[in-house]
Amino acid sequence: MSSPIDLLVDAPEHGVLTIRLNRPQSHNALRTQTLAEIATILDNARDDDAIRCVVITGSEKVFAAGADIREMADLDMVGVMKNKRPQYWANISNFPKPLLAAVNGFCLGGGCELAMHADIVVASSDAKFGQPEINLGIIPGAGGTQRLVRAVGKPLAMKMVLSGEMIGADTALQAGLVAEVTQPELTLSRTQALAKSIAQRAPLAVQLAKESVLHAFESPLSAGLEFERKAFVALAATHDRQEGIAAFTERRKPDFKGY
Amino acid sequence: MSYNTIELNIEAGVATLTLNRPDRLNSFNGEMHSEIRAAFKVIRADKSARCMVITGNGRGFCAGQDLSDRDVSGDKPVDLGQSLEDNYNPFVRNIMNIEMPVICAVNGVAAGAGANIALACDIVIAARSASFIQAFCRLGLVPDAGGTWSLPRLVGRSRAMGLSMMGDKLSAEKAEQWGMIWQCVDDEQLMPEVNKLAAHLATQPTKGLSYIKRAINASQSNDLDTQLDLERDLQSLASESHDYREGVQAFINKRAPEFKGF
Repeated sequence: MSSPIDLLVDAPEHGVLTIRLNRPQSHNALRTQTLAEIATILDNARDDDAIRCVVITGSEKVFAAGADIREMADLDMVGVMKNKRPQYWANISNFPKPLLAAVNGFCLGGGCELAMHADIVVASSDAKFGQPEINLGIIPGAGGTQRLVRAVGKPLAMKMVLSGEMIGADTALQAGLVAEVTQPELTLSRTQALAKSIAQRAPLAVQLAKESVLHAFESPLSAGLEFERKAFVALAATHDRQEGIAAFTERRKPDFKGY
Repeated sequence: MSYNTIELNIEAGVATLTLNRPDRLNSFNGEMHSEIRAAFKVIRADKSARCMVITGNGRGFCAGQDLSDRDVSGDKPVDLGQSLEDNYNPFVRNIMNIEMPVICAVNGVAAGAGANIALACDIVIAARSASFIQAFCRLGLVPDAGGTWSLPRLVGRSRAMGLSMMGDKLSAEKAEQWGMIWQCVDDEQLMPEVNKLAAHLATQPTKGLSYIKRAINASQSNDLDTQLDLERDLQSLASESHDYREGVQAFINKRAPEFKGF
């Protein structure tokens, strides 16, 4: 893969890969190139056993301010229809390992949608979330109407999507859009610490846990429970389950192998 | 940059913002608010500024909103909420969020929003002849500029209610006795005392002071567990600072520390 131009990618540390959106001149607007780069990196991370967890973040002032409006302006209906963005979004949402978002500052439109693709969002106390697409005569186009309502419920989702109004970190925490609020200076390090802790867990269990939780959004309870049951049974065949239980009874740290 | 309704002077680490409409007791109008917002931008951008002083020119500190700026003679109802949203609330947030100590030198009467802007500051020092008046109730209004938040926290519910519902003048001396302000000093001592304190604070560990400010302000709405977590996080940040290392080294080597503010 040629090296990305819209992203800064740190070398994996403790099983955690950190991706930084890096288009400061356009407030990290997610142009198609950016999404393609994220998708490619996640595809590679999926097959890299050294990477157990991915953190995505922006800058200190802005996570991502939305899609790239100029790029969007050039597309007519056929252009929008043929756009490759949905494919890249699908790559992100199909990433099987935990994806964490560390959000500082503005997290709007496509930025908010990207954050909602993450399994865990950690927000700085000055973070602002919003779906302002309505102000441009359009609507969220990467799951914003669907994931937001699942995260925060109908009343707040409707308010945000219909009025374009932003919400602050505390409201986002109360509503369930984010898992944790930190001081601005600590957002990334806290997210990385969380990612590192997840990276130390048994990889197969982590992956099936993620898949099971996400299953809840796709299926009725009975089907979700059945999926959970099968995943639970499947894990019984793993070395790591034996190791985890043995380590617990022997009061030592488990040595997980990923099989 | 030149201002019509305020003065801004940044010197030796101290940014002094002086309300400057003495003929109107430094009451606020739209122009003054926009100049204050501009001044905060300048101060934030100036890395040399490590302490801020807010005071007023003339015999008053600030008489609050300039009522001649408000036309209530017509049939159309006036909406003061928008003025709070656009002017006073950003001012209070600026004071609370700027990452340096903000001293208020209350040189004379502080009425209405003028009183509450003063109370939003980190350290309030008033001249003995100065006074605080929550005048809002006399006009059928609610204390604004953060008054209903800061007053009960500073003086307790009963005194906050009394001050807000009666709108009586509270002397600087009593304000000090009540713990509403840090200190009351003789009139001619006000600016010397304030300038001395500002000069001192401007040489202190600014980053650390800004974390103290953040923690104490956050404590007003946090429970103990949240606050303990916040202290943990801010202490992590503070202990990364140059000034912490400098402070410890100076202590061990028995010399005066040279803080840089970061």
